[in-house]
Amino acid sequence: MPSVGTPPAHRGSRSTVRSHPTATYVVRRVIAAISTLIFVVLFNFFLFRVMPGDPIALYTKGRNVDADQIRLLRAALDKPLGEQLLQYLTNPFSAGVDSVKYNAPVWEVIGPHVWPTLLLVGTATLIATTIGVWLGIRSGWNRGGHFDKISTNVTLVLYSMPEFWFGMIILIVFAVGMGPVPGLFPTGGLTTPGVDTSTPAGWLDVAWHLALPVTTLAVIYLAEYSLIMRASIIEEAGQDYLQTARAKGLMDAMVRRRHAVPNALLPTMTLVFLNLGFVVGGAITIEYVFSISGLGSLTVDALSGPDVPLLQALFLLFSAAVIVANLVADLLYGYFDPRVRT
Amino acid sequence: MALLEFDDVSITYHSRGVDVPAVRGVTLSVAAGETLGIAGESGCGKSTLTSTVLRMQPKSATVTGEVRLNGRNVLTLPWGQVRALRWAEASMVFQGAMHALNPVQRVGDQLAEPLVLHNRVSASKAAVRVSELLEMVGLPARSARVYPHQLSGGQKQRVMIAMALACEPQLIVADEPTTALDVMVQAQVLDVLQGLVRELGVGLVFISHDLSVLSTTCDRIAVMYAGRVVEEGPAADVFDHPQHPYATALAGAFPRVGDTRYRYAPSGLPGDPPFPGDLPVGCPFHPRCPGAMDECRMAEPPLLQIGDRRSACLRVHSTGERS
Amino acid sequence: MSTSEIHDNPARLSPRGIVRMRRRAALHKFTRSFRHSPSGMVGLCLLGVFVVVAVAAPLVFPRSALDVTQAIANPFQPPSWDYPLGTDDSGRSVLALVVWGARISLLVGLAATVLSMVIGTTVGISSGHFRGWTGGALDRVTDWFLVIPYLPLAIVLATVLGRSMLNIIIVIGVTSWPGTARLIRAQTLSVEGRPYLERAKALGAGHYHQMTRHVLPNVTPLVLANTTLAVSISILSETTLSFLGLGDPDNVSWGSILEQGFQAGAISQGAWWYLGAPGVCVVLVVLAFNLIGRAVEGILDPRAAGR
Repeated sequence: MPSVGTPPAHRGSRSTVRSHPTATYVVRRVIAAISTLIFVVLFNFFLFRVMPGDPIALYTKGRNVDADQIRLLRAALDKPLGEQLLQYLTNPFSAGVDSVKYNAPVWEVIGPHVWPTLLLVGTATLIATTIGVWLGIRSGWNRGGHFDKISTNVTLVLYSMPEFWFGMIILIVFAVGMGPVPGLFPTGGLTTPGVDTSTPAGWLDVAWHLALPVTTLAVIYLAEYSLIMRASIIEEAGQDYLQTARAKGLMDAMVRRRHAVPNALLPTMTLVFLNLGFVVGGAITIEYVFSISGLGSLTVDALSGPDVPLLQALFLLFSAAVIVANLVADLLYGYFDPRVRT
Repeated sequence: MALLEFDDVSITYHSRGVDVPAVRGVTLSVAAGETLGIAGESGCGKSTLTSTVLRMQPKSATVTGEVRLNGRNVLTLPWGQVRALRWAEASMVFQGAMHALNPVQRVGDQLAEPLVLHNRVSASKAAVRVSELLEMVGLPARSARVYPHQLSGGQKQRVMIAMALACEPQLIVADEPTTALDVMVQAQVLDVLQGLVRELGVGLVFISHDLSVLSTTCDRIAVMYAGRVVEEGPAADVFDHPQHPYATALAGAFPRVGDTRYRYAPSGLPGDPPFPGDLPVGCPFHPRCPGAMDECRMAEPPLLQIGDRRSACLRVHSTGERS
Repeated sequence: MSTSEIHDNPARLSPRGIVRMRRRAALHKFTRSFRHSPSGMVGLCLLGVFVVVAVAAPLVFPRSALDVTQAIANPFQPPSWDYPLGTDDSGRSVLALVVWGARISLLVGLAATVLSMVIGTTVGISSGHFRGWTGGALDRVTDWFLVIPYLPLAIVLATVLGRSMLNIIIVIGVTSWPGTARLIRAQTLSVEGRPYLERAKALGAGHYHQMTRHVLPNVTPLVLANTTLAVSISILSETTLSFLGLGDPDNVSWGSILEQGFQAGAISQGAWWYLGAPGVCVVLVVLAFNLIGRAVEGILDPRAAGR
């Protein structure tokens, strides 16, 4: 509380007007993100090296590797741990070792797989957030109503589904065809072989291929998002400032849109970003089921072997992507919610 | 015609199949420019009663009787007209000063919102009026650009008062506007509110449990107990010479420093207010009343007018004047 | 005075007895409220059915029903009277697979959740109880694990550990605790501020005594509500990891049935029964745990009811 003697008019001057997150806030968030990243890098390095047994055996398990490759691996892995770590830190993505399976540097293997994943996850997330947030607002605002009951039960069922299973069922029904439903969509891949993706017809072809996997992912994600948004709206619905807004004579829809939703969106946003790990998981299995050659399929591919260097690099890439996305979310949160700017 | 009239208003909450009468047959009125204080412990129904002025009572509540604002019964008006009179004819200063403002909207936007809505003024005109309003309550005009969390509790409550004045309403309902604040800030906020109400000739319904605050702020005071008005009259009379034993106890709870009458008087009440769903038979106050008689346990005493005061106590009714 | 009245008289009980009595009363009140939650009861009944099926599996189908070499039916046979859920790619009854799969899926789900709860509660209480360096470090580690994407982490761990039932339990337990730790930490902090803990500290209670006697009983209800929700996540994780071929190769679980069906081309065969049956089981069990968890949450925190 301000001191008693201060005249009221001067007290306002204490609170400076801020429209951007403070430097301390940004710095603290960035440091947290970097520390997480360092943790992941070290974790990734030591996990495969401190495990008992011969690392070479682990790196080459279940695969025919010629003597040349073994020699290279041994050269890389028999160095002192400190030296290996230094080498690893200078280029964490190469892990000091090439991809065993593709016999090429890991980043060269990973590179072409990034875009399909971004396209799939990006589209699905966009659709899911829009519909999920809308559903959550509608059911949370009229909590206990018909719409809420139906929507909550349906989303709970969707939320309880393994996304890849839902994808397989969708594939059987809409791509293979079942009973009266003909197979309308392709069973996998991102393009029809031979179609030029730089033409409008090519884009349509990609959209046609993406329709089922995107729908699958979007449906599963939107279940999660709408449950989060609903809880958030219900939390806000009891707040006093909504009473104020109603007393001002605003219509119910305006109270919701202008006051309840902006407040409820903020916690939803953080949770959505915190759940990005879950999004990544969905992408891995869905790409596998729909044979889309993205990072997810590559991960599953690296699993059979396993191609440890590739797996390590993919783990690092996924982690880094989620960490960066979280940082962006934190900074956006700081920008949109005036309360956390300090 | 009075500005605001409560005509035999009763409000019942329904929770889990049980009817809980929160307000029971209250008749009160406020003339234009008059200030009415409503006093009572928490749970006596005072906030529930005043929430009906803007038809803000919870959906689970049934209201009977009439609540007339400028002669029109708010309870039966179409919703469109209710929204139109909200804030324009009567506005509110809420109890929870800390949470009554939207945390993610700038103070200025929240002040301008009712102006744009009811008076259909342009953004620039609204901005001018917002600065004007902020200055009226003693805040710098640039406070319009801050967010609520950057203000102290007292400053937030000033913003609430400024907001209540935005559309120049004829009536303001202030529901314990100072309870969440510390004592010195309370006095400042009270000064601001009192000064502006006098200056602008606005009618005021002021809810508080603090009879001494009401006696300095209001023209008239009504004391409520267990959902009913038990005493009503000119502020100074009710505070200095309370008739109903409950009003006496309330007045005694806030002694005036230096007044010898309070020095040896017993203060405080034994027991708790009754649960509204399970009121004692007879006068609901009799279990706590120091002067309860056998008749008090039989039937609830009516609120009778004696001179310019009303009182619901059998002792007062029999002697005409107690004290 | 009857004997029960003597026992219920608090004046004659030791302090511990009073505590026990109060807990029993709380449990009684809890079960009564739970019975009034329709969705919670639906969840409980659903779960009951699956537990009975899992326990009774050997009575319904001999273990030989899982043996590929002893399968006599045609592969990819749609549901019929003999095979109510059809057959798989080697002619085994899908119903037998699903019934046996229930054992592993439930077992792994429950065991992994217990592990995750033990880690999460320990870390959560410790990081809330020990202020300063220790608490800060634990909090930091929780943050790290919270951000790391769950499935890639589980995949990497499972690869390193190798395929076995114990390992998949460890992988799920080790990757899914941070959410619990965060929740328990918040609750611990609020318990730590309460007067009886101040009193215990003033009387010289050690950290262990404070944490087990005062903090733990207060966070237990929250842990239980969280557990039911966590089981559903563990079961989903087991299904996913098994589907990716990281499960126990010697046992049938719902995830491994899906893996096998997918590998064997059940999709292009249109064998909806093969893929449908295990999936529906996963959905129902996960849904059951979600319904129970939400009902428990609603009773413990009435404000959250119906969320």
